[in-house]
Amino acid sequence: MMRVSIAGGSGYVGGELARLVLGHPGLELAQVSSERSAGQYLSSAHPNLRGRSDLRFCPIAALEPADALLLALPHGHSSRQIGRFADLAQTVVDLAADFRLDTADSYEHWYGEPHASPDWLERFTYGLPELHRERLAGARYASGVGCNATACTLALLPLARAGVLDEARGIVCDVKVGSSEGGAAWGAGSHHPVRSGVVRTYAPAGHRHTAEVRRNLEIENVHLSVTAIEMVRGASATCHAWLSQELSEKDLWKLYRDAWTNEPFVRIVHEQKGSWRHPEPKILAGSNYADVGWALDLEHGRIVAFGAIDNLMKGAAGSALQSLNLMLGLDEGSGLDFPGLHPV
Amino acid sequence: MSDNPIECPVCAGSVQIEEGAVLGEVVPCPDCGSELEVLELAPVTIGVAPDVEEDWGE
Repeated sequence: MMRVSIAGGSGYVGGELARLVLGHPGLELAQVSSERSAGQYLSSAHPNLRGRSDLRFCPIAALEPADALLLALPHGHSSRQIGRFADLAQTVVDLAADFRLDTADSYEHWYGEPHASPDWLERFTYGLPELHRERLAGARYASGVGCNATACTLALLPLARAGVLDEARGIVCDVKVGSSEGGAAWGAGSHHPVRSGVVRTYAPAGHRHTAEVRRNLEIENVHLSVTAIEMVRGASATCHAWLSQELSEKDLWKLYRDAWTNEPFVRIVHEQKGSWRHPEPKILAGSNYADVGWALDLEHGRIVAFGAIDNLMKGAAGSALQSLNLMLGLDEGSGLDFPGLHPV
Repeated sequence: MSDNPIECPVCAGSVQIEEGAVLGEVVPCPDCGSELEVLELAPVTIGVAPDVEEDWGE
């Protein structure tokens, strides 16, 4: 069994990481740190783990060497201590945004502060196996992924790779998200009478994950608008674009099949009938699946691409564990076989 | 089952027709969910099944 520790484990992503590692047949959860919950049992922050572990949170300074370290700290923290974390473990996955982008300039532009360890950026591999499976195998350092970026990237990647999008007309990704994207800390905007029932477009332009989508698709003219809705888990991207050439339904099926048929956690959802004809994040809660699909407006050459995920899973902890499996030489899907719930 | 999968006329996916299928049998495409009707048996031919239509009692 390989020993894995989590730094910053009292948040929602940290809780999902703990749940996944505890259920993994080849991993042992060694330590979980939290400054505010140090000394408390894991179940004090993650009640679903009651009876699954007798670990207590420790201060981050008490973390000991392990085979792998998962960093679920707020943005900006891991890059300030990456040298120490690298000394603690041969394999490190950082789920914050610190090492997702390629350059310090890009990080400063999107995150508003200079990068604390720019020399480390090139050592990290972006932790989306659908993009970087070969590089992740055996890598020492991987970043996490942006949840909204993942939904958009997986929805559009088959079209971008095939070069069939009219880039001059642009691509607009309308992303609906759940409240867990806001993290475990609360504030005036998350107070129940205020938050409940909202359709709150909190980032109509300039969302930070835009940088990841542009880099992943290798298309600059992509824009995100993100709206918080009445949902706890989930991100649903509806991506509006125009085709640069006429394509049929069968052509689109081929593009999506070519991209995703061999991917263990990406499913094509494009059905002719029924209640589940397009991707729907509700049924993905707790699973590592990303469901993708499209709708074609043949008359106008417009395409609407869909991507649905659980933001805490495929958009964070699930992709991180999938990446860690590859980095450690384990089965890529190990510990990730939960298919979700229905009804839920 | 037919020796070779039949191509779905909607999405080009693979549709398996069980041995013993009869004319008019409706099978769903596993990829796109289209309801497909067995039109011929030798060789097996399928097409999109017509939607149920209301006859309004006529």
